[in-house]
Amino acid sequence: MRKSVAPGGSRANLIPYSGWMTLFVLIPIGLVVYYAFTGVNGFTLSNIGWIWTYRKTLWLSVELALIATVLCLLLAYPIAYGMSRASAKVQRNATLFIMLPMWMNFLVRTYAWMTILEDTGLINSALRAIFGEDFSGLRLINNHGAIVLGMVYNFLPYMILPIYTALTKISYSLVEASRDLGANGAQIFGRIILPMSVPGIISGITMVFIPSISTFIISKILGGGKDFLIGDLIEDYFLGNSGVVNYNIGAALSLVIMVLILVATFFMNHFDKDAKTSGGGSLV
Amino acid sequence: MKQKIFSLLLVLTALVSLAACGGADEDGNKGVTLNVYNWGEYIDQSVLGDFEERTGIKVNYTTYASNEEMYSKIVSGAASYDVIIPSEYMIAKMIEEDLLAELDFNNIPNYALIGDEYKGLAYDPEEKYSVPYTWGTVVIVYNSAYVDEEDVADESLSLLWNEKYAGKILMFDNPRDAFALGLSKLGYSMNTNEPAQWEAAAEELIAQKPLVQAYVMDQVFDKMISEEAYVAAYYAGDAMTMMDENENLAAYVPVEGANRFFDSMCVLKTSRHKAEAEAFINFMCDTEIAVRNAEEVCYAIPQVEAFRELDEETQNDTMVYPPQEVLDRCEVFVNLPPETAQLQSDLWKKLKTTY
Repeated sequence: MRKSVAPGGSRANLIPYSGWMTLFVLIPIGLVVYYAFTGVNGFTLSNIGWIWTYRKTLWLSVELALIATVLCLLLAYPIAYGMSRASAKVQRNATLFIMLPMWMNFLVRTYAWMTILEDTGLINSALRAIFGEDFSGLRLINNHGAIVLGMVYNFLPYMILPIYTALTKISYSLVEASRDLGANGAQIFGRIILPMSVPGIISGITMVFIPSISTFIISKILGGGKDFLIGDLIEDYFLGNSGVVNYNIGAALSLVIMVLILVATFFMNHFDKDAKTSGGGSLV
Repeated sequence: MKQKIFSLLLVLTALVSLAACGGADEDGNKGVTLNVYNWGEYIDQSVLGDFEERTGIKVNYTTYASNEEMYSKIVSGAASYDVIIPSEYMIAKMIEEDLLAELDFNNIPNYALIGDEYKGLAYDPEEKYSVPYTWGTVVIVYNSAYVDEEDVADESLSLLWNEKYAGKILMFDNPRDAFALGLSKLGYSMNTNEPAQWEAAAEELIAQKPLVQAYVMDQVFDKMISEEAYVAAYYAGDAMTMMDENENLAAYVPVEGANRFFDSMCVLKTSRHKAEAEAFINFMCDTEIAVRNAEEVCYAIPQVEAFRELDEETQNDTMVYPPQEVLDRCEVFVNLPPETAQLQSDLWKKLKTTY
């Protein structure tokens, strides 16, 4: 993805960026790798083996993150499509409304869901008002569904915006041309719009899946702190809430997640190859 | 546009110069900022203002949710604190690991006001590192509007395992307190080093997990007060606070026994303001301040003069100051040896990864 240095530009321009990347990306990753492969007696591979012990945790995290990503995609695509076809004014306002919640802190917004979903929360209170006091209410919180809801709610904008950007870059003349050649609505969507928005979809999937699989606070707030996701486990190894701190195992589990994400992104970018020409841009 | 940029710059300059003033102040004699790290919901915040007024020492007050959280923050070196207020077993651990400074009791004359029965306890036998802040026990809190009388008649821990209240039970979100409940339920010591007993306690907690609404620390306040949950185990003083807010709430010290804790003020070895930290500790032991603080946090206080100043109702409250026969069945945590601590940590993760 990197473009060559523009003529007249100098490499000096890259110093702030490379300094930043070294300090906050390369060195931390180096530390993660170092901790992952060391133990009390120097080099070891045993830390990585812990992922097998926690395979169920890993699987649950992947499962919930995948569900959240698919739901985001299903929700986001029609919204992004509708936005891209609307007037400039509507597009501006819609973008604003999607960004608006992000002006508030992520934690506050997630806590707000508690007051909505709880047994004594807004939804159940409303239902009780309708069906009478004997209505036992719905169990909406402290389960996996609530965790997925938290992920979808928090990360949806990261799916909408790249798809929307990709869609707005599609030249309308292509649609007109295909219509002239006799394509119907479904054909236009399936053969022109959808393929050309793939870069946006890929970008959106990456930007929703990665924070979803590594979250540890949504599961704590909306999941009642009952079931650890892989992020909770890593947090516990680093912060030692369970009484013992172990950076090595924590780093090893983080490394496994990083490699997993890297591999997934690599395959996804392959998907994306043919459609590279149109905008959207992918993350890695 | 230009005007906007100009005013923005003006504001920025003003801010920077203000910040600079603050910085210069810090170098001055009275400009010391003391970093105090305490449990959440565990102080009358207004006394901090009094301290600043009296001494000119600023207090940067932050909180933690568990001893373990505090400990890991300190050993990671991510932040520097002066005064911390851990529980007894954590103090013992930190003394062992040479993290605490020996106090100069000449700077803490109010130490004389601390009752003798709270001095020289097992965690700090030589009275070198800590000054008792408050003490209390773990209690079972329940909502009498929803919990049937016959279920609490025996004042047992088993209320936390009662299937009738599935989805309405709150548990501690820290392993030490949670496992103590499991171990007590089985009649074992909370300080046992017997792996089989820990495993059995873990089985109890795993069996309880489907009944648990959530594992929480200070969120317990909201959930119990709003009647989102009906049953919880928590610390006595906090239970009192909840009972003040919702009159349906009641509490008891379980017959099987409960943890009795002593939270004490300590100064970290890395503190650069030890004398000021000691001044803070002394201030917190001042009778007037201790009374005000005790009325807010509702925990039992070891400061004898302050205790006599409390209203009679509080002095005779058996939930805050349980009678001797109740205290006799309570157990104080000791610092677990590394193997047991490791086992506890593994079993806690097992509990949280049993789906």
